[in-house]
Amino acid sequence: MQELEVAAPRRRRGLTWPWRGGPLAGALLALGILVLFNLIATPHFTSLQTLYVNLTQVTTIVIVAVGMTMVIATGGIDLSVGSLMAIAGALAPLIFAGRLFGMGPGLLADGLAFVLPVLAAMAFGTFNGWLVARFRIQPIVATLVLFIAGRGIAQVMTNGNLQAFHNASFYALGLGRVLGVPVQVWLMMAVVGAATWVMGRTLYGRQLLAVGGNEAAAQLSGLPVARIKIIVYAVSGLLSGIAGLIVIAINSSSDANLVGLGMELDAIAAVAVGGTALTGGRASIIGTLLGALIIQLLRYTLLSHGVPDAAALVVKATVILAAVYLQQVRRAS
Amino acid sequence: MTDDILLSMSGIGKSFAGVAALKEASLTVGRGEVLALIGQNGAGKSTLIKVLTGAVARESGAVRFEGVPVDFRTPQDAQAAGIATIYQEINLVPLRSVAENIFLGREPRRWGLIDWRRMHEQANAVLAQFAVSIDVRQPLHHFNTATQQMVAIARAIGQQARLVVMDEPTSSLDDREVAVLFDVIRQLKARGIGVIFVSHRLDELYVVCDRVTIMRDGMTVADQPMASISKLELVAAMLGRSLEEVKQFGATAFEEDFAVRPAKVLEVEGLKVAPRVAKVDLDVHEGEIVGLAGLLGSGRTETARAIFGADRPQAGTIRFGHETTGFRTSREAIGAGIGFCSEDRKTEGIVPDMSVRDNLTLALLPQLTRHGVIDQARQREIVDRLIKRLGIRLSSADQKIRELSGGNQQKVLLARWLCMKPKLLILDEPTRGIDVAAKAEIQSLIRELARDGLAVLMISSELEELTEGCHRVSVLRDGRSVATLDHAEATEHAIMTAMAHGPDEASISHAGA
Repeated sequence: MQELEVAAPRRRRGLTWPWRGGPLAGALLALGILVLFNLIATPHFTSLQTLYVNLTQVTTIVIVAVGMTMVIATGGIDLSVGSLMAIAGALAPLIFAGRLFGMGPGLLADGLAFVLPVLAAMAFGTFNGWLVARFRIQPIVATLVLFIAGRGIAQVMTNGNLQAFHNASFYALGLGRVLGVPVQVWLMMAVVGAATWVMGRTLYGRQLLAVGGNEAAAQLSGLPVARIKIIVYAVSGLLSGIAGLIVIAINSSSDANLVGLGMELDAIAAVAVGGTALTGGRASIIGTLLGALIIQLLRYTLLSHGVPDAAALVVKATVILAAVYLQQVRRAS
Repeated sequence: MTDDILLSMSGIGKSFAGVAALKEASLTVGRGEVLALIGQNGAGKSTLIKVLTGAVARESGAVRFEGVPVDFRTPQDAQAAGIATIYQEINLVPLRSVAENIFLGREPRRWGLIDWRRMHEQANAVLAQFAVSIDVRQPLHHFNTATQQMVAIARAIGQQARLVVMDEPTSSLDDREVAVLFDVIRQLKARGIGVIFVSHRLDELYVVCDRVTIMRDGMTVADQPMASISKLELVAAMLGRSLEEVKQFGATAFEEDFAVRPAKVLEVEGLKVAPRVAKVDLDVHEGEIVGLAGLLGSGRTETARAIFGADRPQAGTIRFGHETTGFRTSREAIGAGIGFCSEDRKTEGIVPDMSVRDNLTLALLPQLTRHGVIDQARQREIVDRLIKRLGIRLSSADQKIRELSGGNQQKVLLARWLCMKPKLLILDEPTRGIDVAAKAEIQSLIRELARDGLAVLMISSELEELTEGCHRVSVLRDGRSVATLDHAEATEHAIMTAMAHGPDEASISHAGA
């Protein structure tokens, strides 16, 4: 009885819980089936080791896909996320190794190596937003600019070399644990939590959905449409920057050719599987989290059963197609 | 004389999602005849043309072209049969040359390659027939709209078209260009080509058309020689009034309680917004409902958008409160106390996937926010109050607005502005597409709001709404203010006369004051 009374006001606020047959039910079901399959068929699936491997690999996709969800909710798309990861990933070692500002190793250098690359990625994201909002360039074209140029910038910064490093702070970000949970997983949960709160509770979240749902109506209702769009691309850039740092921290090296490669497609796939319509006006952060988990778990399952990479890609694509199709069917009914 | 009939369409019916767009529509065009096709917004003109050109499949009725029953499945079918359509936005390839556009898909060839010399010669020859002399090798986009239209017509002639459909061809042409176009139409006529001419400029119809077909509510309501019908009769037929039963006096239900005129809220002088608004003057006082009347294309919506800061005017003054120069953005206008309900609820009003609650507070939301976070308790309180006050019928304020009926959607959009406590509310066709009951509710709500001091500028195509629901009616014609009628003067007859003819001694009190 008590639980029902607690649940009632939540429903009134418009939150739909997946286990009540909400829009996320399909994604949750798919995830459940995958977990169940692995429990039965995959040896050592229940080990903590397996959990950490999967979580570690999924964090960057989730963090980038959260930004992608918000961009897609405005009716846009951000193809530059992978390249921005590469830029942030290339910049950080330059800073803490003292090659950029000639600064000795130390906490200050480490701090700057965290903050500046993320700010740089955010600045590039702002540039994307500026192209989209001020010049009305189609988002897919506007962000294609940095998709292409961004990785080039990262390669020029590092002369295309692999930068291997030993840095205590980045080691902590990559492999450290707090309360037994990897630092990056905490970071991922913080990002998901913050984004859920922004979309559900804040003016910005509401206005973002209005712009994506009907831009003309938003404009005529006095919403600062251009500003809203610029901010969303800046946020996507910022999150890409964070993801870029996580990737190099895990590898203890930075390769501008590889950091974030193909990330834009993984992120878009996570958003689509998570039930966010690519036409804009809707955003499900939790759905995107589930979508990313499904894609990751699928990859792990195929890998641990020795399915060749090429075949795994086809299976992955098929599952994405099926998930998106199921949501179309649900929506139509 | 059935030989002379080029095209006949009869009993055409078509519905979209259960709503009838066409029922019993018909038209005929003779060889060498120019037919005017007119009607208000939503009367079914464009659907009928789409049926003719194969863009939309009809559900009932018959089409005969050159005496043969036809059933075009695609616009290509219609084109191949000899029906060419020239749209408002010219559908040619702007980056290719004039000659290429004229011969697109049937280029003269030699040894399997395009014979450029012959193509250019032929293009020149075709255009010369219309006294157009341009370099046919230049890309089409180098030329102005009028010339591009000539190219489109030349293309149609080159394709051996026997019927040319022109959808508002003059809307972006100046007087000289219109004259050239009319010469071309006369040439087409002389060659025995039939023309369907869609336009909202009534004067033009008398210059170039032989016969007129008038549509209303998906039906053909009149079909007669142009010379036998007066402009006033045209307007009456479009609006669904017969001249005999036109009410000579406005309804008496509306109390005239303006012994003393209160303060002016809005004053517009010499407003010019290209291309539709040429010179508009109007004013609205506190507590007054001013109707803005005019035919489609007369510049009503464009005037409203300029006042609201959504479009930038080229000339004129807009005075509102302390503002004397007009607003540069809708944001500024909203901040100063103006609300605007667009005529197109779906594309410019509702955010379909959002809840009623968020739709209703879309403009107010920044005021319900502290440090970026929405005060949901206050939001709920305000939304609940307005739902009650306006009698919006829904199951929950969390419901998506798309699930509501048109009338209830419109009430939510009205509420979106009412919660802003505006000084001026601009309503563009507030009751279009709404059932009768909701219509009456919205109309009485508007009156109530005005009694409480709100100034209302209401665009409407419905004569009743103008005669019975407004203190004054300002009439536009071709982008100009032509009359301002007091409530007592604003009879259906007077409004229609002003819409059709412009200034008329009998019906003007203080036009363009």
